[in-house]
Amino acid sequence: MTPAEIRDEIIDILEDISPDEDLDGLDDQKPFRDQLELDSMDFLDIVMELRKRHRVQIPEEDYGNLASMHSTVTYLEPKMKDI
Amino acid sequence: MIAPNLASKLPDEQRIVITGIGLTAPNGNDWQSFRQALLEKRSGVQPYEIRYFGETLAGICDFDDKKYQSKKDIRRGTRAGSIGVYTANEAIAHSGLDWENVDKSRVGIYVGVTEHGNVETENEIFVIKGFDYDTSCWSHHHNPRTVANNPAGEIALNLNITGPHYTIGAACAAGNAGIIQGAQMLRLGECDLAIAGGTSESIHTFGIFASFNSQNALATHADPTAASRPFDKKRNGIVVAEGGCLYTLERLSDAKARGAEIYGELVGYAMNTDATDFVLPNPERQAQCVQLALKKAGLAPDQIDILSTHATGTMSGDFQECKALRDIFGECKNIRFNNTKSYIGHAMGAAGALELAGNLSAFRDSVVHPTINVDELDPDCSLPGLVLNEPEERPRVNYILNNSFGMLGINSVVIIGRI
Repeated sequence: MTPAEIRDEIIDILEDISPDEDLDGLDDQKPFRDQLELDSMDFLDIVMELRKRHRVQIPEEDYGNLASMHSTVTYLEPKMKDI
Repeated sequence: MIAPNLASKLPDEQRIVITGIGLTAPNGNDWQSFRQALLEKRSGVQPYEIRYFGETLAGICDFDDKKYQSKKDIRRGTRAGSIGVYTANEAIAHSGLDWENVDKSRVGIYVGVTEHGNVETENEIFVIKGFDYDTSCWSHHHNPRTVANNPAGEIALNLNITGPHYTIGAACAAGNAGIIQGAQMLRLGECDLAIAGGTSESIHTFGIFASFNSQNALATHADPTAASRPFDKKRNGIVVAEGGCLYTLERLSDAKARGAEIYGELVGYAMNTDATDFVLPNPERQAQCVQLALKKAGLAPDQIDILSTHATGTMSGDFQECKALRDIFGECKNIRFNNTKSYIGHAMGAAGALELAGNLSAFRDSVVHPTINVDELDPDCSLPGLVLNEPEERPRVNYILNNSFGMLGINSVVIIGRI
């Protein structure tokens, strides 16, 4: 997957997790939590969906990389480039 | 004159009254429309299909789950939670309480449930089956969704209630049990407002259909609306339904102080246990439970105007309940019996509370809604005063007795008086 495709996939997951939110204006550089109503269970949903959809495993110590869209895509790029 | 009962001799601080009703049933999403459906003999049973089990029949609710919850709350929570949130909000709105200024730490939530967690567990097993049973794909939401207090806890989260909340697991006696628990906590001073009754999401678990079917106790009929037929000679089992009914209960003193409209008073109740079988009812114990409730209320059998039966449409259960009732009320001239499951099916944990709500309007309109779908009355279910197929107007309704019984031999009875 390209970085753009990974971003689209994260948006798709966020649409499931936060169905009441408008994601069109999401700023990739800003933390998700500053822009969306997300708690720790929601971040676990992102981890779970990536596992279910693409068998991508994200260890707990790496959860900090999921802070913003930019950091998430950067982190996932090597893990998902061959998918 | 209303015949006196023991509750009327208590101080107002110990008298418990119903001040609000919130409900969803397969044939109505508020008290008024539910009553209208019962008087118009409108069933809520429909064709239904569920994973693994396939095509069957069920009582299905169509309330607007987004009226009080965001899409995210619905996704994160459970169907039982959504039913509870809807019915609790509706009850509060109906009560006329100034909710903004109610002390939320003095509100208690007591929700009767038949079971909880089967829906979510079945869903997760279905999901991980797609991953060759890899349990790392099991949702982190499973535990908060399946803890036994979930159906009450979601109400607390939604309404920011910080008093006690829990469910009362009481099989199909749970709706009455929730009301009884709420009343007891008010009398003990543990809360000032009780949101109490019962809910059920059972149609979303295939297991309940499969289990009743294996027990030869699941109803079938070419016409879904005729499938739930308690007391009829050709009844062949239970129609499973979802639903919920929660009441706002208050002490009479508090209700009077705020000028609340009062829909009835809990004048008597009882719960007891068969201790004889996992499944088969025991008419002797059921009769003892009814007698105990009458005794607590200080009422004689001939003072009851409407008796809302529990009968579910099974061959044995209906007959056994009628036997118990005949022994107590056989000589009573003015009592009328009806059955609300004939319209909506068996709403499990919600059944007792819903069936009571369907009858409560009779204090105002003096009409007894009938048991529908009785084409040929089973002689074994014959009771003097059984209202069949057409509503019956009565001179006045002062007392309603509501039966609700469940598996493992749990029996519950509440008696509501006009006030």
